[in-house]
Amino acid sequence: MTEKKIRVLVAKPGLDGHDRGAKVVARALRDAGMEVIYTGLRQTPEMIAEAALQEDVDVVGLSILSGAHMALAPRILELLKANGQEHIKVFIGGIVPDDDAPKLREMGIAGIYGPGASTEEIIRDIREAVK
Amino acid sequence: MLTQPILEGNRLALSRLLTQVENDSPEGRDALAELFPHTGKAHLIGVTGAPGTGKSSLVNQLTLHYRKEKNKKVAIIAVDPSSPFTGGAVLGDRVRMRDLSGDDGVFIRSMATRGSVGGLAQKTAAFVQVFDAAGYEIIIIETVGAGQSEVDIARLAHTTIVVEAPGLGDDIQAIKAGILEIADVLVVNKADRPGVENTERALRSTLELAHPTKRVVHHHGRMMKVDVTPSRSPERSEGAAKGLAHQAGDSSPSSTVQNDKDIWIPPIIKTISTEGIGIPELAKAIEEHKFHLHQSGDWSARDRARLRSELDAVLQEALMSRFLTGAHRDEYEEALEKVIRRDMSPYEAARILLNGKMK
Repeated sequence: MTEKKIRVLVAKPGLDGHDRGAKVVARALRDAGMEVIYTGLRQTPEMIAEAALQEDVDVVGLSILSGAHMALAPRILELLKANGQEHIKVFIGGIVPDDDAPKLREMGIAGIYGPGASTEEIIRDIREAVK
Repeated sequence: MLTQPILEGNRLALSRLLTQVENDSPEGRDALAELFPHTGKAHLIGVTGAPGTGKSSLVNQLTLHYRKEKNKKVAIIAVDPSSPFTGGAVLGDRVRMRDLSGDDGVFIRSMATRGSVGGLAQKTAAFVQVFDAAGYEIIIIETVGAGQSEVDIARLAHTTIVVEAPGLGDDIQAIKAGILEIADVLVVNKADRPGVENTERALRSTLELAHPTKRVVHHHGRMMKVDVTPSRSPERSEGAAKGLAHQAGDSSPSSTVQNDKDIWIPPIIKTISTEGIGIPELAKAIEEHKFHLHQSGDWSARDRARLRSELDAVLQEALMSRFLTGAHRDEYEEALEKVIRRDMSPYEAARILLNGKMK
């Protein structure tokens, strides 16, 4: 049996068009030996959940800069659960106000990373979360 | 039965099984064995070509066509390379396939090569079996951005589409052996770009060189019929119509019959895949190729060649892993050390290891 790879879906829900951060993270996860499925810009929660289902990922990384995280995150968690994939760990990167972070964690978001977060930190947390 | 949910169309079960198969787990192997009797129905379409020729966009449009016009269930296996250093991968083909989301009749799975070099992953053939058994009628396999010799796809697919785009190389690239030889259908994508005529001309002249016994040839500007000489025909129908390895010794029905229907000249289809232009023509060419395969007996010949290469691959892997476990392990390491010190050549080492006389 070959070694189990960590599979990560990197997705950008919402309407903002800045995907540099998502690409930097995708590249860093690749260099950490993970298989990153990159889906590109302007994904709806439905598209993200569908991709997570087809790709059987362990982790979904969402890049949200638009401020819509309080609407998008619960919807995506709900859809993953409806598909029978509540085991998937969901991480958010982007701009999340300090007040929102605890609420997101309570919903079940596994990690939140703002500007200045290191990719090493993200990689370590993902490895820890999927153990 | 383990695989019942997959036969009934459960997408989560299907997705999980693909992971098991990819990781070569015992559960995955058992499931493949159960599913195998349900395979052999799908039309396997390979899409290959250099990076940036627009393979993913073409697959996107072709799939839309099969969904809207033919109502066929389509599975897509999109292969991208793994890093040789870290083993990681960025699988980005889905970016171009967003039109296909929200359709239960489509299943897209990205796959990293995990060290394979022929343009596919080791488990791609097994994925095809899973999708075939799960009732997907069309299975499209998109290879990694292929250069010149990533030709494994021709062994796997019934119909291989080679995608080219204007401006990628001069005429000499087109006469090299390798990827163009495996094409059943040639696509010149991005046909709105300058230089499309040159690309098409180069491909066409390549095809003419590759088909010296073609029935219709240009002679002083006129089209005329020539006879296919019997001595060249078997070679032709093997090489041109099948384009597969295992040619020697594979007694397919087509290699002994010399009829017009044995000969398939790959058509050249111009497309602009981002706009869907040329897609119905491409789908028609694929359909005609399928018809040709059935008519000529090559469908079963390809099936035979594919299953043979799958059996070979599994056997090789099994023999190697049996060899490397247990008592042989030490002998292997010892032989490797001798090879590294240049005390022994790899050939000698292999011979001695196989004879079991490593002292």
